Formats: sequence, C-alpha cells, structure tokens
Amino acid sequence: MNSTRAALQFELDKQSFWKGLSLFDWLWAIVVLLGTAYAYSSYATLMDVYEKGILISMAATLIALGWHWKAIRPLSLAVFLLSIFGISRYVNGLGDAELDFFLRFLVSSQSAIMWMSALYVLATVTYFVAFVGRSDFVGKVASAMTWSATAMGLVGLMVRWRESYLIGLDVGHIPVSNLYEVFILFSIITALLYLFYERRYQTRALGFFVLLVISAAVAFLLWYAFDRQAADIEPLVPALKSYWMKIHVPANFVGYGAFALAAMVAVAYLVRAQAEKSGANSVWLTLPSLEILDDLMYKSIALGFAFFTLATILGALWAAEAWGGYWSWDPKETWALIVWLNYAAWLHMRLTKGWRGKPMAAWAIVGLFVTLFAFLGVNMFLSGLHSYGEL
Amino acid sequence: MNLAITLLVALSIASIIGTVLQQNQPYTDYVLKFGPFWFEVFKQLGLYDVYSSSWFLFILLFLVMSTSTCIYRNAPNMLREMREYRQNIQLETLENFPNSHSWPLNHTMDEVQHVVQKMFSHHGYSARLKTGEDHQLISGMKGAGSRLGYILTHLAIVLICIGGLMDGNAILKAREMLGQIVPETRNLPANEVPAISHMGIDNTSFRGSVSVPEGSRTDVLFINYKDGYLVQGLPFLVEVKDFRIEHYASGQPKSFESDLVLHDERLQQPLEQTISVNHPLIYDGYSIYQASFSDGGSELELMAWPLKGSNNEPKKIETKVGDDLQIDLFKRSWVLEASDFRLFNINPSEDPAKKFQNVGPSVQFKMRNETGEAKEFLNYMLPVERDGAYYHLSGVRGSPAEEFQYLYIPMDDAGGMNRFMKFLRALNDKQVLQKIAAKQNITEQPLLSKDGAQLNEAFVRLAGLFIENGLDGIMAQVEKNVPLDKREEVAQLYVRVLQQILGAVYLDVLKEEGVDVNFGVDEKKAAFFDAASAAIGAIGRYGSPVYFQLTNFKHHQASGLQIAKAPGKNLVYPGCAMLILGVFLMFYAPQQRLWARLQPTEKGVSLILAGHSDRNNLDFSKQYSQIQAQFERVLMS
Ligand code: HEM
Repeated sequence: MNSTRAALQFELDKQSFWKGLSLFDWLWAIVVLLGTAYAYSSYATLMDVYEKGILISMAATLIALGWHWKAIRPLSLAVFLLSIFGISRYVNGLGDAELDFFLRFLVSSQSAIMWMSALYVLATVTYFVAFVGRSDFVGKVASAMTWSATAMGLVGLMVRWRESYLIGLDVGHIPVSNLYEVFILFSIITALLYLFYERRYQTRALGFFVLLVISAAVAFLLWYAFDRQAADIEPLVPALKSYWMKIHVPANFVGYGAFALAAMVAVAYLVRAQAEKSGANSVWLTLPSLEILDDLMYKSIALGFAFFTLATILGALWAAEAWGGYWSWDPKETWALIVWLNYAAWLHMRLTKGWRGKPMAAWAIVGLFVTLFAFLGVNMFLSGLHSYGEL
Repeated sequence: MNLAITLLVALSIASIIGTVLQQNQPYTDYVLKFGPFWFEVFKQLGLYDVYSSSWFLFILLFLVMSTSTCIYRNAPNMLREMREYRQNIQLETLENFPNSHSWPLNHTMDEVQHVVQKMFSHHGYSARLKTGEDHQLISGMKGAGSRLGYILTHLAIVLICIGGLMDGNAILKAREMLGQIVPETRNLPANEVPAISHMGIDNTSFRGSVSVPEGSRTDVLFINYKDGYLVQGLPFLVEVKDFRIEHYASGQPKSFESDLVLHDERLQQPLEQTISVNHPLIYDGYSIYQASFSDGGSELELMAWPLKGSNNEPKKIETKVGDDLQIDLFKRSWVLEASDFRLFNINPSEDPAKKFQNVGPSVQFKMRNETGEAKEFLNYMLPVERDGAYYHLSGVRGSPAEEFQYLYIPMDDAGGMNRFMKFLRALNDKQVLQKIAAKQNITEQPLLSKDGAQLNEAFVRLAGLFIENGLDGIMAQVEKNVPLDKREEVAQLYVRVLQQILGAVYLDVLKEEGVDVNFGVDEKKAAFFDAASAAIGAIGRYGSPVYFQLTNFKHHQASGLQIAKAPGKNLVYPGCAMLILGVFLMFYAPQQRLWARLQPTEKGVSLILAGHSDRNNLDFSKQYSQIQAQFERVLMS
C-alpha cells in the first residue's frame, strides 16, 4: 500500500511548481536579475524610490512572464539586443539616423516601425493563406512574422525613447505621449494578447481575424505619419509631464487591445455560426468551436474591462493632479466612461442573464466601435482638455 | 437585474449628449448657435450642463439605489457561499455534475482519505470532512474571492457615485432653487458683487478659479455657474509672488509655475510653495492648481504716430493693460482700451529648419470712437521679417470673429519708422506738393491744367484721395466725374501721375535724410518705396488715425489659479481601490468546488470525485480532468 503513497508523492512532486522549473527557467531568471542588477547599480543614483520599485517589479514580472510563457524570453532578448544596438549606433546625435546604415535601414525608430508595419501586414496575408490552405507550416510562418513585427515595434519604441533624449535632455520622454506612439503600442499589445491565446488554444485560425485590426491600425499609423508628419518627436506640453501618464496610457491600451481582440473573435464567431447554419462544410468550420470562441470573447472582454477600469481610475487620479478635479466630464473622460459602462452592461448580460451566442458577439463588435470613437473620434470631432494629438 | 443593464445603457447615452454639445459655454454662444427658441428649449432640458442637470442626477441616484438594493439582496448569500462548503450535497447531484467520476477501490478508507486530502490541498482547495452514517464526504473549495469581488465592485460603485455627487454642484443647484444664491452675470470686482452671489467658507465642496497678478493676493475665487459666476470666500490669503513660463529650445512652452505664499493666521509663518502644472499645493483640504495665466496689468509706453495731417508730431502715451485711456486725436476723442500684452509670440516659422520662431512682444488694444464703435488692433513691437525685408506689423479687425488684417509698415535703415512717417507727412503737406508740382514738367499731360495753382490743386487732391482710400479712392473719384469712354485713360494717367508724385516726394524725404539720390536709389530703398506706397494705400482701410508703436513696457503677469475643495474624494478614492480589487477578484478568482465521497464497500472503498465552478467552466473542466487523471494514476498504481 506504500506504493499508493509513493505514487501520490511522485504526482505531487511532478506537479509542484518549483520542482517543475527547468534549467532554462532558472537561466532566464538569472539573466533578468543580472540585467536588473546592472541597471540598478549604474542608475540607482538617478532614480527615486518609485522608479526603483518599478524597476524591481518589472524584473519580477518579466521572470514570471518568461516562466509561464516561454516565447516571451526570445522576444525580450531580441528587443533588448536590437534596442541596445540601435541606441549604440547614435554617436553624433540624431543626424546619424540618415547616415548610419543600420539605423537607416533597420533600427532607427522610424525604420523599426516601418518594419513592424510591413511585417504585420504580411502576417495578416500569411495567416489568411494558412487558414484557407489549411497549412500548418504557413501558419507557423505567420506566427513568426507576427512575433518579429512585435519585436520590431518594441525596438522602435525603445529607440524612439532614446531619440527623444537626443533632441534635448528636457525633451526626452517615454513614447506613449501622442496618437502616433500609442497606435504602435496598440498594435503591439493586441498582437501579444493574440499570440498568448494562439498558444493557449493551440489554434492559428484566428490569426487572420485579429491581424486585420492590427493592419487597420498600421494603415492609420502610416497615413498619420506621412500625411501629418506625426512621426516627429514633440516635446511634452506641461499637462502631460506627469508620472501618471506612464502608467495610465499603457493600462488603457491593454484594455483597448483586449476589446479589439474580443471584437475580432466575435467576428469569427458570427462567421462560424453562419457557416454552421448553412451546413455545407466550408473552410470556416476549421475555426475553433463556438463554445471556445465564446469563452475567448468573454475572457478578453473581462481582461479588457479589468485593465480599462484600472486605466480610467489612474486617469482620474491624474486629472485630480493636473486639472484640479478627479472628474471633469471632459469628452475623452466621458467616452471612457461610456466604453466602460457598455462593457459592464455586456458582462452583466452574459453573467446574470446568461446570454450567449450571436447577440453577444454582435454587441462585442459594436463595443469595438464605441471604443474606437473613445480613442480616435473624440480627438477628431470633440474639443476637450485632453492634449493628445488632435488630428 | 435588467434594471442594472438598462441603467448602465441609459447612463452612457445620457453622457453622450454632454460630449457632442459643448458644455458650460457663455449662453450668448448658444443663442447664436440655436436661435432664441431652441436655446430656451435646450436650456430647460439642462443641456448646457448635462452632468448636473436634475434628470442626469436622477439617473445616477437611481443607479446608486439599485446597486445598493442589489448588494443588499445578493451580499448575504454570497457571504454565506464564501464560507459554505456544501457539505450536505446529495449523491445524485454529485453524480449528475458534468465533471464527475467514480472508482471502485480496494484501498482502506484512511488511505483514500489521505490521498484526497493531499490532492485537494495541493491544488489549493481548503477541505472539510463530514462523516455520514454510511459514508465520508470531503468538500473542497477555493476562489471565495469572486464573491468578495462582487461585493467590493458594487459597493465601490455606490461609494464613487455618492462621493461624486457630493463634489458635483448638485448642492449648489439645491441652494439656488431654495433662493439662497443667485449667480452674478455682470462683470464686477469681487467686493462689489452682492452678498446673494457670495459663498461662505462653510461651502463644503467647490471648484473655482481666480487670476492673481504677480505681487498681489486674493481671498476669494470665482465659480462659473450657469451664465454667471459665484464668489467663493477662502479662510486664507493666497499671494502670487512670481509667475514663470519656461520654454523648450523649440519655443513651445515647457512649464508654467507660480511661487505662492499662503497667509493663514492658523500658521506661525506663511507657507511658501511653488506650484506648477501637475504639482498642486494641498492645504487644509483645499487644493491649489496652476491652471492658466494672463496679463496682470503690464505698463505700456506707446508712441502714437499720426497717420493724418502734415504737422502733427508723434506723441508718447503711457497706459496699462486693462485700463481705458481717454485721448483726443484730430479734435475727436477716442478711448484706448489696452486688452493684452504678450512677451513672446511663438509663431510657425517660415524657415523649414525650425518649426517655431519667437517674433517678440505684442500689444492688443481697441480704439473706440465717440459713437462707441471700436476696432481691435494687434501691434508687434519688433519689426517682423517677410521675404527678406522687415516690417512693423499691425493687425486690425472689426470684431473678434474676424481674422486680423495686417498693415505692413517698412522698417527704415535706422530700424524705426521715421522715414515712413516723414514720407506720409510730406504727402499730406501742401507746400511739399506745391514744390513738386512746380518742378514737374507735365506740359505734355493734356488732361491736367497748365495753370500751376490748379495743377497743385490736382496733386493735393490726388494725394489726399490716395491717403484717404488708396487706389480705390482714386478710381471712385474717376467713376464719379469722368464719362465712361474716357475713364480708362484718365485712370491710367492719374495712377501714372500719382506714381510721379509719390516718387518725387520719396526722393525729397531721402534727400532730407542726407541720402545722395543723384544716381538713383539702391534696391533696398526702392523696395522700401514700394512697400511704403502700398502701406499708405492701405491706411484708409486701417481705420485708426494713429499708429501706436510699442516703444517700452514693464511686464506684469497674472497667474490663473484653480482652487478646489472636494471632500467626496474621501469616498471616491477608497471606492476606486475597492473597484480595482473587486473587478480583478471577480474575474480571476472564480469560485471552484471539489467533492470526494468515500463509501466503504465489501471490497474496499467506492470513491466519487466531482467538481463544480460557477464561472469559466471550460477552464475548470480542463483542471478537473487533470485532477481526475492524477487520482487515476495514484489510485490505480
Ligand atoms: C456601474 C455599475 C456596475 C458595474 C460597473 C458592475 C460591474 C460588474 C461586473 C464587472 C461584474 C462581473 C461580471 C462577470 O464576472 O462576468 C458584475 C457582476 C454582477 N453585477 Fe454588477 N455592476 C454594476 C451594477 C450592478 C447593479 C446595479 C446590479 C444589480 C441590480 C448588479 C448586479 C450584478 C450581479 C448580480 C452580478 C453577478 C455577480 C456574480 O454572480 O458573481 N451590478 N457587475
């Protein structure tokens, strides 16, 4: 009968988290810790207590992330190396962006972001081919493209961050300060969320749908950059010179990204539902089952809602500091509230009335348009306190 | 529950209105936009301040009430659920769960029980054992958080709404309805505003603003309310010692900051602090923010150059921004209303290298004549470059709605406007024109009289017409008293003659300056001539009898402070914390239960394992099947 106990012990050990960690997991942790230690030792004198806290929690997050989602490791390393490389190529100021070969064609923020844009669009097409051709290999290629695009986008942001300091020490700021920059952020976050679920649900069938939004974002990005010279780095207006911006904006875009993901999953849901109704065995039936799509839709809206709540509250705290009141019913604020209420209603419908299926999917799609207005329309059509890029 | 959803949607739609219609604008703007009838209708609907309109507040209150009742109804059994292990669950229920499995085992009860306990705790389920007469039931539970999350979330909503209502101006509205306060609509200094528009320091919650000139102090602020304002008293004095704007190299503003001194007899010595955007001063529940800035009565020294007559010397005038100055010009009395002074004017730059350029100080003022009509002017102190040449720039407009039309007065070699003014005065001067008329050989000009007196007459009239109304004036004259067929010809002649006159007068002016003009004039002076002629032709449209040149100034700024008191914060902020915590709990700590029912059999034990979750069932099924597989492996080994 001890065999039972042995088996039990064996099971529990196998299941135990720490014992489950592989050599590479530990290597990863060490690499991150070394990097953090280096950053700390060289810059601690310049950092206040918050920044130290942020640095350390970032390290912890990165380690944990790398443990639970292995693909994050190569991504982080690639972004790290390329960014460092890009930054190091700037020796005599911004002018180098035109002169230096690598900057010009690879790692200046402009070029990196162009690479990102190209790769996302390519990935969209490739995912479609993979889906229609039911080819696993092409699917893998598409995923690889998406990963590289994401890496280039992150590199673009990192290098841009540095470039802002090359313009002038007082100009330098984190690149989440205008519409152009947050559109990059949006593409990256949406892609990462998608890639996470791609692995989680072991399906690439949704890639085409999700990458469609990203391609749309990229299209806007390019238009905005070339038609409006939005790519130039501008110094911050006084209202934006606040710590809150650095957390408020990214939190917001986790929300936006998740909502976008949910909407595209909803599209897939409607497509598949339609295909099932028509009966014929069309290619659309290779999409994940309605049940899974519905679940994924709920998960990403939940995630979005959680982060959007966080972001809106951070925004309120910021407003309390910048505008003298935590809530001013400024159009941007108000639309954030509208988005939030809308999804709260959605969640209630699902949870307390148990609604499922097509209406909820349709609602999730409408939700994306509401979100889109909150995030673009307001700047275009309504005037307010938000000093974000007017179009 | 439908109620909740309805309310959420209703609230969103209501909120939209306030974003499409700009809120809290001056009522006159709305009248212009909608016309008197719809203005009144919308006013009654409270659309100019939706978010404090009674119907909007009503929706909010409704939300608060229904959320509260919702908590009241759900919280108790949710709290029970959190602690409840469902130990008296029936056998059938367990067997009917989608996640359920049973094994016939030949282990002892104790062994199986041990395995179950270990497994449950290993997977994070806290477990309770219940021994029935013929069986043992081990009930495991985890994720009680989601229930707590529900309560936190909804409680948070209530707190936030209540706090928000406290800080909104619902209370003001109430007091207004009770007739305790009446907003002031006239533009008065604070101490002249009647008491009915004053709010005492007992006012618990407000948000107003006040503009404080450097070096002065205030103990009141102004709350915009409807189409007027209220005066809010403060229990302390706020002094602005200094206000600064810092600029980036590119010229865009980098920071606005004020050095404040806060005088309060409750303090041993005054509290000194520098505030800037994003860095307010918090004192005794009051928050003082850097909101804006304006001119604080800068002292201006102006040179008034007459644009008419031939013997008026320029006159020095001193005034202050905000003052109205009575002045008599050409026997008519005017009021000079200096409205604004700017030290910097950061304008889009012409040269592509840099985005912006600073064109230096400018003064903005109105000239009001006896009949009360006024034109508004914007004069730049320093000459402004325009494709190579420099000009003294003065904008003029009839109403704030219009764009400024600019008068370009060319800068002379000395960098001033002397030459231009001499030129202008000479054109107004009969003797000068006479001299020229005498010199001109115009014998071959058939249409002009040969008689010197008349010719002089014609010259003076021509010059006069030009100064009065530019070329248009001359054309009008021609059309008035020349028959159609000859007009073309005459007009051309007049223009030619005018050119001659202007040219000759200009040469005179240059000679007077001591310039040698025997070999003609250089390009620069020629360009000056063209620009000057154009400017003179435009004087008619300029509409002021004098040109005010800003010669000197003493800059005084005023800092725009916003002062707020929001006790609701103390509900809202904790509410926010609860909301975040609650939402994350609700989503990521779903309640999950496992049961293991052990029943002794003659061969050993029959074990039933079952699981249930109220959220994310797909995920739970996955977990459950893993756990079941583990049981399988352990017990079947
Ligand atoms: C602004 C107002 C509200 C917000 C933001 C809000 C938010 C939420 C959220 C995010 C959830 C979780 C949904 C999920 O887990 O999928 C939820 C659940 C729920 N809400 Fe609300 N809610 C609000 C108002 C109300 C009101 C007024 C009621 C009742 C009349 C209500 C009743 C419920 C109930 C019964 C649940 C299900 C709780 C559970 O089973 O775990 N909520 N709410």
